[in-house]
Amino acid sequence: MMDNLYMPYPMRIERITYEAPGVKTFMLKFVNEADQDKFSYKAGQFGEYSVYGVGESTFCIASTPTRKGYIECTFRQTGKVTNALSGCEEGSIIGFRGPYGNVFPIDEWKGNSLLFIAGGIALPPMRCVIWNALDLRENFKDVTIIYGARTVKDLVYKEELKDWELRKDVKLITTVDPGGESPDWSGEIGFVPTIVEKIAPSSKDTIAIVCGPPVMIKYTFPVLAKLGFADENIYTTLENRMKCGFGKCGRCNVGKVYVCKDGPVFSLAQLKELPDEY
Amino acid sequence: MNIDKRLVRRDSLEKLFDILKQNSKKIYAPFLKNGKTTFRDAESFAMISTGHIQTTESSKDIAFPRTEKILDYSKGKDGLVVKGIDLENLPGVILWGVRPCDAVGIGALSSIFNWDYKDEIYNSRLLQVTVFGFSCNKSDEYCFCTSVGGTPGNTAGSDILFTRMGEDGDYLAEILTDKGITVVLMAPDLFEKSEIAEKEKFLAVVPVRFNNKEISEKLDKFFESKVWNDQSLICLGCGACAYVCPTCACFDIQDEAHGKSGSRIRCWDSCGFSHFTLHTSGHNPRAIQSARWRQRIMHKFSYMPERLSVFGCTGCGRCSRACPADMNILENLISIQEVTL
Repeated sequence: MMDNLYMPYPMRIERITYEAPGVKTFMLKFVNEADQDKFSYKAGQFGEYSVYGVGESTFCIASTPTRKGYIECTFRQTGKVTNALSGCEEGSIIGFRGPYGNVFPIDEWKGNSLLFIAGGIALPPMRCVIWNALDLRENFKDVTIIYGARTVKDLVYKEELKDWELRKDVKLITTVDPGGESPDWSGEIGFVPTIVEKIAPSSKDTIAIVCGPPVMIKYTFPVLAKLGFADENIYTTLENRMKCGFGKCGRCNVGKVYVCKDGPVFSLAQLKELPDEY
Repeated sequence: MNIDKRLVRRDSLEKLFDILKQNSKKIYAPFLKNGKTTFRDAESFAMISTGHIQTTESSKDIAFPRTEKILDYSKGKDGLVVKGIDLENLPGVILWGVRPCDAVGIGALSSIFNWDYKDEIYNSRLLQVTVFGFSCNKSDEYCFCTSVGGTPGNTAGSDILFTRMGEDGDYLAEILTDKGITVVLMAPDLFEKSEIAEKEKFLAVVPVRFNNKEISEKLDKFFESKVWNDQSLICLGCGACAYVCPTCACFDIQDEAHGKSGSRIRCWDSCGFSHFTLHTSGHNPRAIQSARWRQRIMHKFSYMPERLSVFGCTGCGRCSRACPADMNILENLISIQEVTL
C-alpha cells in the first residue's frame, strides 16, 4: 500500500482537561505503537485533528517534544469540528495527521533570554516552546511569560500558570482586561500591550515570542520596538485557514508564502516582507 | 529519446480505438451533449466529438476528480475501522483527444501535487493514464497558448501527439514516451513508417498577445495595484473559472456521514469563493472579491513560476469562455502589461 498523505493516525484521548469556558485540552496517545515509534515533531508544528464523519480541524501541537509518548492539543469550541471534538470522551479514538510546518528555531536561541507574550487562546501555540525551553532551562538566561485573557475564567492552563508562578527560574505576569477581574484577582489588570509597556522587559540578548489575537499583536509590536527589540528577534505564528497542511489545497498562502510549509512560525522581519493577507 | 514519427490513416483511428478497447483499456474522450463538450467514458468511436476547438471542461479530472474519496470509515461493534482507498488496482485509461493546452496542464498539476510532499492519490491515478494529444488546427479569440510558452502543436504532456494533416487528411503521430510506445506495440500495423511532412503548416495560428516574463516580473510589485479592484468589479465569485481550468488544483476536504459509516472526500474548490479563506473567528484574509481575483492571477503568473518554475495557466482560454460576467483573462493580462505602476 502506498502512503496516503491524508490518512490520519488513530489516537486515543487519554485525558481531557477543562481549561476555560469552551476550551479543552486533549492528551492523545497513539493507538498503534509503530506509529508512535516513527513519529517525531518539534515545537511550533501543527496537525490536522479529525472526528470521523464530521471533518478535520487545524491546531498546533501544544505539548513539548521533550516529553515523549503523547501529544496534546488545546482548542476552543467554535465550529463544527471543534464542537464534535468537544463531545468526545476520554477513551474515544480521533484522527491526527502531522506534524506539518516549520519550527521555532529554539536551538539558535541558546544563551538568550526568552520573553513570551500571549493573549487568550493563543497560549497553546506557545506552550510547546515554553515547556521545551523550561525542560532545557540551562540553555537560556531569563524566562519571562506575560499572559493575558479577557477574564480570569478565560485564562487557560490554570494549573500550569500556578506552577510557573512558583518557579524561581520563571517570571510570570498574568493580566485580564479591565472588568474581567474577579474579587480575589491578584494579577495585573489591563490589555497585554499596556502591561508589556509597564513591565518594560529588557531587549538585551532577548528573543520575544508573541502570539495572540490580531489586535493584540498589532499593538504589541510597536511596544517591543520601543523597548529596543530588533524585528529579527521577535517571533509569532500565523493561523490561516488550512485543509491539507502540506501546500496543495491552496488557501493558507500569504502572497507567495505558504503558512503551512514556510510557517506557521515567522519572525517579524519575515512578516514585514509579506503582503497584508493574514 | 528521438521522437518517432508515424503515419496513422484517418480510418485507422477507429481500429485503434477498438484494439485498445479489446485490451480492456478505458477510453476517456470528448463527448458533445447539450452544446457542451466534456470528457466521458467512450463506449464507441462514433461517440467521440472532434469538431470542437476546445472542450468545455478540461480533462484534469482524470487524475484529480471533481470529488474523490480519500478514506472510508465505519463505526461498529469492533470499534472504529478506517480504510484508505485502493490505489493499486486503478484501471488503465487512455485520455483521448486532449488539446496540447490541457496536456501541458498535467505538468502544472503534477508540480502542485509533488512539491515537497508527494500526493500518491494523484500520482497513482496519473500513472495509469496514457495521453493522446490532438494538435489544434483551429483556434478562437480566447486562445493564447503561445503567450504562456505553448503552441497548438506542443508535445509536452502527451504520450502520443496526433496532428491531422489537412481537413479530412491522415494523422501524423509523434510517439513521445514509453507509454506511447506501449500503445504502438498493441497495434503496430496502424502506425505506419513513411515520409511525413512537417506538422507546422497544419496547425492553427495563435498570435503571442503578451510577454509572460514581463508580466511575472511586474506582478511581483503589483500587490497593491488598483487593477485588481477595477478588473474584479464584475466578478460574481461563482468559481466557474476554476472548475473549467486545467491547472486549478485548490481543493476542500469534507466528511460525508451515512449513519455509522462514511467517507472523507476531497473535492474541487476555488479561491474565488468568499468562504475559501474564512477563519472560524469570522476574520477573512481575502475578504473582498478583488483580493480573491488578485490571488487567482498572482498564483498563476507570479507565485507558481517562482515557487514551482511553471505557469499556472496554459492559455486554453476556458475561464473566459465560461465566465457568466464576460471577464476575459487575456484582456486582463494585456491590461496589466500596459498599466504603469
